[in-house]
Amino acid sequence: MAKHKISVTINGAAREAEVESRLLLVHLIREVFRMTGTHVGCDTSHCGACTVVLDGNPVKSCTVLAVQADGAKITTVEGLEQGGKLHPVQEGFTEKHGLQCGFCTPGMLMTTSALLERNKNPSEQQIREAISGNLCRCTGYVNIVKAVQYAAEKMR
Amino acid sequence: MSELRTDAKISGMGHSMKRKEDPRFIRGQGRYVDDFTLPGMLYMDIVRSPHAHAKIKKINTEKALKIPGVLAVIDGPTLAKYNLHWMPTISADTQMVLPIDEVMYQAQEVCAVIATERYIAADGVDAVEVEYEPLPVMVDPHKSLAPGAPVLRKDKKDKKDNLAFHWEAGDKADAERALATADVKVSENIYLPRIHVASMETCGCIADFDSAQGKLTVYMTTQAPHAVRTVFALVAGHVGLSEEKIRIISPDIGGGFGGKVPVYPGYVIAVAASVVIGKPVKWIEDRMENLQADSFARDYHMKVELGAKKDGTMTSLKIKTVADHGYSNASANPSKFPAGLFSICTGSYDLKHAFCEVDAAYTHKPPGGVAYRCSFRVTEAVHAIERATDALAQKLNMDPAELRMKNFIKPNQFPYKSVLGWEYDSGNYGAALKKAMGIIGYDALRKEQAEKRKKGELMGIGICSFTEIVGAGPSKHFDILGIKMFDSAEIRVHPTGKAIARFGTKSQGQGHETTYAQIVAEELGIPAAHVQVEEGDTDTAPYGLGTYASRSTPTSGAACALAARKIRDKAKKIAAHLLECSEQDLEWEPGKFYVKGAPQMAKTIQECAFAAYTNHPQGMEAGLEATHYYDPPNLTFPFGSYICVVDIDRGTGDVKVRRFVAVDDCGNIINPMIVEGQIHGGLTQGIGPALYEEISYDEEGNISGGSFLDYYVPTALETPHWETDKTVTPSPHHPFGAKGVGESATVGAPPAIANAVVDALRHLGVTHIDIPITPEKVWQILKKKGVAE
Repeated sequence: MAKHKISVTINGAAREAEVESRLLLVHLIREVFRMTGTHVGCDTSHCGACTVVLDGNPVKSCTVLAVQADGAKITTVEGLEQGGKLHPVQEGFTEKHGLQCGFCTPGMLMTTSALLERNKNPSEQQIREAISGNLCRCTGYVNIVKAVQYAAEKMR
Repeated sequence: MSELRTDAKISGMGHSMKRKEDPRFIRGQGRYVDDFTLPGMLYMDIVRSPHAHAKIKKINTEKALKIPGVLAVIDGPTLAKYNLHWMPTISADTQMVLPIDEVMYQAQEVCAVIATERYIAADGVDAVEVEYEPLPVMVDPHKSLAPGAPVLRKDKKDKKDNLAFHWEAGDKADAERALATADVKVSENIYLPRIHVASMETCGCIADFDSAQGKLTVYMTTQAPHAVRTVFALVAGHVGLSEEKIRIISPDIGGGFGGKVPVYPGYVIAVAASVVIGKPVKWIEDRMENLQADSFARDYHMKVELGAKKDGTMTSLKIKTVADHGYSNASANPSKFPAGLFSICTGSYDLKHAFCEVDAAYTHKPPGGVAYRCSFRVTEAVHAIERATDALAQKLNMDPAELRMKNFIKPNQFPYKSVLGWEYDSGNYGAALKKAMGIIGYDALRKEQAEKRKKGELMGIGICSFTEIVGAGPSKHFDILGIKMFDSAEIRVHPTGKAIARFGTKSQGQGHETTYAQIVAEELGIPAAHVQVEEGDTDTAPYGLGTYASRSTPTSGAACALAARKIRDKAKKIAAHLLECSEQDLEWEPGKFYVKGAPQMAKTIQECAFAAYTNHPQGMEAGLEATHYYDPPNLTFPFGSYICVVDIDRGTGDVKVRRFVAVDDCGNIINPMIVEGQIHGGLTQGIGPALYEEISYDEEGNISGGSFLDYYVPTALETPHWETDKTVTPSPHHPFGAKGVGESATVGAPPAIANAVVDALRHLGVTHIDIPITPEKVWQILKKKGVAE
């Protein structure tokens, strides 16, 4: 199968890789770059566990080809903490018990951090809409909403 | 427990301590099974049957094996050489690992491809050609049990029917007599459909056989690592796998809810592949495999009859159930209880006459009968009694809250011996219901409902006052494949006063690393922050049966407290030695011993720990550690009352949960924040089955609900803002008065929601609707009743 040379900036670092056309972005991140914080929950873009931020937008990396990310800036959960300081959503999820098994958490963090970039003061309904593409089987979402509200407050 | 005995620095019982697990999870540093990569690791992918029942005529692997990187295709005959093509289920039935000549359900494993890369293994699966001859399919459990039905399990010698088992509890004649003489009787056919836990992480493993050491290590998504090790040793002993050479490592688990209790064929094939090839083999299910082939829950067809006096006093209950177990009984039930704890079906009520029975049928569906976040069929039992109670209230034209209050087992009746044989440990059911009614404003809601009904608007109020039975269990009655259902804790206090504690259970998100540390903190006064909790590695942790059925706090939690108390007893001797006084002169407060009447004469637990290694009394063993295997004297009986308000859209049939109040009582609480989180999650896994989730099959055995496209897990949009509160009725027999809580809400929520929907439609003559109560189902009723818009 044909290989393609691609370059991406992931969590601020420039990386190159030779990839097959069919390689999914999530597998580029997990298996080529060995950053396993981004999870696979369904392969069909329903669950959102694989959400990363691609050029400022949250995307489901199980439904993006690695070659489509050529030249892009990617942020994964590993890139949220800056200079030893947690991102407010990371703090919020801990403070408000917004996670249990932790499997959906990286996707939730990426979706909600992107939301707060666009909307500094989201309503509960806006938060729920933003995370409606991210499934969580443990928390019942109430504390995730609170975690995002906590983070929004911190970021204002 | 109303007062905190420790300060926040120690964070014992009752503190909403932030979770010790979180720092790694919020940084993406959790370690789930698919995150491990071992040197030389191969990948396995599975070919599955498109047919629900078919003869395998030929498996052609030629094209697959030509793909560069495909190393092997393992099929039934390969495994048969080692006698590994069948395995026992945890209910001591048998299940194919890989078939020799016949598949028995759609998505059944047919053969497995081993390759150097994940994508190449998938290519190999596509390239394997299997010739099938479709055979007649049995999907209806009633037809399966009918006389003359073709026998499905031809592998079982002398099997003449499709009955997996029959089980019953209570006195049938007595219950029937009481029903016959009841003033009022209701009878409902209630079906709880097949559903799936759909944990966000699917199942998988890495099997790593080290031929030089003769040691097998399996990284595996299992809720019960120790039991799995023993099962592997028993199943594969004949090929040289001995239990001391088997190590199961259950790393971080992305949700379990019962679905990660069974041993699935994929695990066994991966192990066989690693042993044969001599390299680590990784197998990770995709979501569709997970939903289509892993053990399901529920699938109970129940006929429920409830009798009462004219004044509403319940007298008699009878439930007849046909349970669809698929092609093998792979229930995760204690061996003496093939229908689990279904006989808790008298619920929260003082019923004097009851009988229940279950006939389990084989069909051409995936094997199972595992729980979905519930303690062995408690959800089915609670749904039956709580729906029947509402039907009775409707027939008597009585308020359902009033009917419940009238029939509750009263606080002074505990410990209460139920007619079906359980001894309820403690309860105060009226208090919980009263509290829930107060919070939600029950009387005002009933007035609002009456007003709305006049205007043709559909609003319903539903109650569920459930009693669970969790924490299996006393070894006298409870075992799985013969292994008694105790559980364990081992605590070692280090010289500097820090500790490590290990357990036979395994958290899948419940927060054990935090809550067990808090138990140690409560008992020893060592700050919870200084207690390292470890589970899931069978080489290091003490033996136990694992985490499911809300059993961790009732069993390992209890073991933790008792092991800590053994340590405290020894520390006391050391303190007496250090203070040169007698043990009898010492008092304890969390963290230190002091001399009665002279509190300045004190030794901290840390000082005692240091002395245990540096200055222990002559004649005493050095060190400060203890292990406890806890055999619970009884189960624990958490309870609660839930009230739900729904509004129904007459145009679409959509049910909107406007408010949901959950008042839970799980006795004394270790960490209120974590308990609330468990309730929130449980409620969401209650609204899912109540309104959305179902796996069904057509006549040919084709699955519907086999992907997230049509298996509808609730998102943040459907999920309401849960309102929670509590009452506290400690368990009298548990060492710190706790009860299990992880599953209460999943058990209690569906009947509350179903009752609310029926309540909204009660005036139209509706007495029952099966879950999931989808918009289409409701709309059809509205249309039939002439009220659809």
